[in-house]
Amino acid sequence: MTLQTDYIGKPTNRVDGPAKVLGTAKYAAEFNVPNLLYGYVVSSPITKGNITKIDAAPVLALPGVHRVFSHENVPSLAWFDRSYKDDVAPGGSPFRPLHSAEIKFSQQPVALVVADTFELARYAASILHIEYEEEAHETELAKHLDEAYQPGKGKTGYQPPKSRGNFGRGWAQGVAHMEGQYSHHAQHHNPMEMFASTVEWLGDKKLNVYDKTQGAFNSQQYIMKVFGLSKEQARVVSKYTGGGFGSGLRPQYQLFMAVLAALELERSVRVSLTRQQMFSFGHRPETLQHVALAAAADGSLTGINHVAVAETSQFEDFTENVVGWSGTLYDCKNVQLDYRLAKLDVFTPLDMRAPGAATGSIGLEIAMDEMAYAAGLDPLEFRIRNYSDFDQAQNLPYSSKNLRACYREGAAKFGWERRDPRPGSMRDGNLLVGWGMGGGIWDAQKQPAQAQASLDADGHLTVSSGSNDIGTGTYTIMTQIAAESLGLPLEAVTFVLGDTELPEAPVQGGSWTAASIGTAVQEACAALGEELLKQAQKMDHAAFKGVKIDDVQFANGQMRLRTDLTQAVVLRDLVQASGQPKIEAKNAKLPGLIDMVKPPKYSMHAHNAVFAEVKVDPDLGTVHVTRVVNAVAAGRIVNPKTARSQVLGSVVWGISMALMEESVMDHRFGRFMNHNYAEYHIPVNADIHDIDVIFVHEEDAEVNPLGIKGLGEVGLLGVAAAVCNAIYHATGKRVRDLPVTIDKLL
Amino acid sequence: MSHVTQAPLGRPPVALAPTQPVALRINGALHSLNIAPWTTLLDALREYLDLTGTKKGCDHGQCGACTVLVDGKRINSCLSLAVMHEDSDITTIEGLGTAEQLSPLQQAFIDHDAFQCGYCTPGQICSAQGLINEGRAKTEDEVRELMSGNLCRCGAYSNILTAVMEVLDNQQAGLPAGEWSAGAARPHDAPAEAPKQ
Repeated sequence: MTLQTDYIGKPTNRVDGPAKVLGTAKYAAEFNVPNLLYGYVVSSPITKGNITKIDAAPVLALPGVHRVFSHENVPSLAWFDRSYKDDVAPGGSPFRPLHSAEIKFSQQPVALVVADTFELARYAASILHIEYEEEAHETELAKHLDEAYQPGKGKTGYQPPKSRGNFGRGWAQGVAHMEGQYSHHAQHHNPMEMFASTVEWLGDKKLNVYDKTQGAFNSQQYIMKVFGLSKEQARVVSKYTGGGFGSGLRPQYQLFMAVLAALELERSVRVSLTRQQMFSFGHRPETLQHVALAAAADGSLTGINHVAVAETSQFEDFTENVVGWSGTLYDCKNVQLDYRLAKLDVFTPLDMRAPGAATGSIGLEIAMDEMAYAAGLDPLEFRIRNYSDFDQAQNLPYSSKNLRACYREGAAKFGWERRDPRPGSMRDGNLLVGWGMGGGIWDAQKQPAQAQASLDADGHLTVSSGSNDIGTGTYTIMTQIAAESLGLPLEAVTFVLGDTELPEAPVQGGSWTAASIGTAVQEACAALGEELLKQAQKMDHAAFKGVKIDDVQFANGQMRLRTDLTQAVVLRDLVQASGQPKIEAKNAKLPGLIDMVKPPKYSMHAHNAVFAEVKVDPDLGTVHVTRVVNAVAAGRIVNPKTARSQVLGSVVWGISMALMEESVMDHRFGRFMNHNYAEYHIPVNADIHDIDVIFVHEEDAEVNPLGIKGLGEVGLLGVAAAVCNAIYHATGKRVRDLPVTIDKLL
Repeated sequence: MSHVTQAPLGRPPVALAPTQPVALRINGALHSLNIAPWTTLLDALREYLDLTGTKKGCDHGQCGACTVLVDGKRINSCLSLAVMHEDSDITTIEGLGTAEQLSPLQQAFIDHDAFQCGYCTPGQICSAQGLINEGRAKTEDEVRELMSGNLCRCGAYSNILTAVMEVLDNQQAGLPAGEWSAGAARPHDAPAEAPKQ
């Protein structure tokens, strides 16, 4: 019997599916270790000022309350800023919880009450008496545009935008022009699982930390540096993460608090944030954009100008690539880009799904629609006429780019050729129908990562890497890659992640996990293959004498000679013959580092094109997104099933950005007023209708051996713009301030 | 500069209520607890009984992650106190199926990839089970509407719809129901009240 052992590219059910539908998958707040204490965070009601008094006596008098931690009694911790900097920290001076009396942002954590039960901790926190002297705060971006400055290159991955040519000349050369101001407000990630850390005290400052994070190693490094712990004392475990979207890239303050309390009380402690407190840390920054485009008579762009100003905190420079994409996505000689920050009394913004690109693509892709109308061209035809076959920003050829296929296949599936371009021309009964499109570009990145592969005497392969699965499908695709690499059935493979005792892996973000961990897994399996060949050569297999690893293949649970497939040995037998319980191998140490210092030879990107249909009630201003086609070019798709889900989710996010999401700041209080799940609107099931996902064929031998470009971000790009453009097509109203709520259409 | 006081002193302290014995019938088994009367059903499950399959997503009845079945009807367990349910049959995600025999909804959620991070999933499945028990939703639009009390931030709604419709259609076609009515203590009763949307 031949076992099925080719998995890459096949739709595969999630291997962690049973644990998730049975409720046995354990998230950070669900490790009920013995003798657990509960911490409840008290948040500042003011936005700027100082704490002048904390009276904890009445709280401490409650039986069952163990301690009230605040800046008044936190022990001496690490002094230098660098100890508080995590892998994803931007430039500046990181926020230190409970460090001083100074209040820097609304809802700043000011105390932690620790008690025997959750109920008691919550009650005690509610009666903790704190007095403040409040100072005037500044939270309104529009009032601080004059002070905006160009930030340094503080954060990993941030590229200061590069202008080229002469925009003024390009503008003058154009016969058609457009200019627009675009804006969106702060948005919060709001993963379903609230941030929580369960810290298990094992004695002698040895901790098991169950943390909600997108990077167990990042959390570990942080608590090691801040609390002076060794690697052995600070084990961080994160097997399941209930959504991330970027919010778990940096360690959140509940981790600090839970570790602090555990070390001080020498007890196990859990700290969970409330949904309200999920609005007290990083968010997608409010950003104001200005785009100006000019085009020649044939529709070719002669000038692109894209300027953005975003908010950041007083203490860190959060940077993201907002405008840089406008110098890459379309062919144009004259491009002028500028990106600035303005400091406000808010918490530092944080990468949120497709950071920068989701923002920039709102400006660029709505502007492209406006420009198409100004030039009298169909928006799809206009984009095709400005197709970029060479990355002018990096001055490099693309390793691969099949955006043309996205345009072609997406338009065909959607029926774009039946579109009447005149706004307000299409109807369904009383409803105005609009068709719009957009698209985007995202980096295909790879980070250094390690993995280990281990085959036991039963023939079961365990592959491990301390990465994460925030719902992206990491468990499943790594199982597929490992199974295919060593020719084993899926059932004979287990992939383990989310533990700092495993080989080191980067945070899960930037859409780089599939490429980075996938490559490490493939390399570890290849290294294990070599060990297995060595073992075969130690035995009496004459056929394998002197053969090289390239002369054998792994399939059907066997290693066999390529030139004579009947010459085969069962992998399990090799382990049994070795006399060892297992045969193991790791990939070479940090394989990506060498690649990283070499100058790149190619521009490596994923692309997409999105087509959206809206129906707008002209009397009520209500908008329903009835159809979306999202065509994605992202290299090789390891698992079309989980990949489709990621893009479906991206479309939901895009609809949400276009129509619903907005953290509403009341500047009188400097506070997000809708800090809950009822008033921070995201789509519900009834808001979501037909969504088609297309993965166009794209082979890429340059990005990585697997040809993977990553999918977490790219699917979101252009969705919000496509919806806004469809609304314009339906109504003739061009709304440039997101979200497009009813009031803006009436 | 202005002075702000959080939790002013002098507010009459609430007397701490003593813990009291509470007996809960969950997934067919009787559990005895000694808890404060202000303990929610959700916290009783998660913090006192280690039934952590039921999730906390907002603690305010806004997200549906904590949905469980009480006498076959879906409720938000964060909005209910444990002491109110001494006479109830409570079914949580742990009671719907087993690793050896998943419920039809659990299997359909896997087959249609109706989740990503998995955190809203137990609530979605319990809510879908409650919806099936109610017997009112037949069409896709009705299912979308009556599943709208359960948020999914990963945006798996299309796949959730497909999974629920498959189980509903199989049931309507008279295919073997398997465990579909698990948690419906009184399946022949009048349909339950629709959850407030």
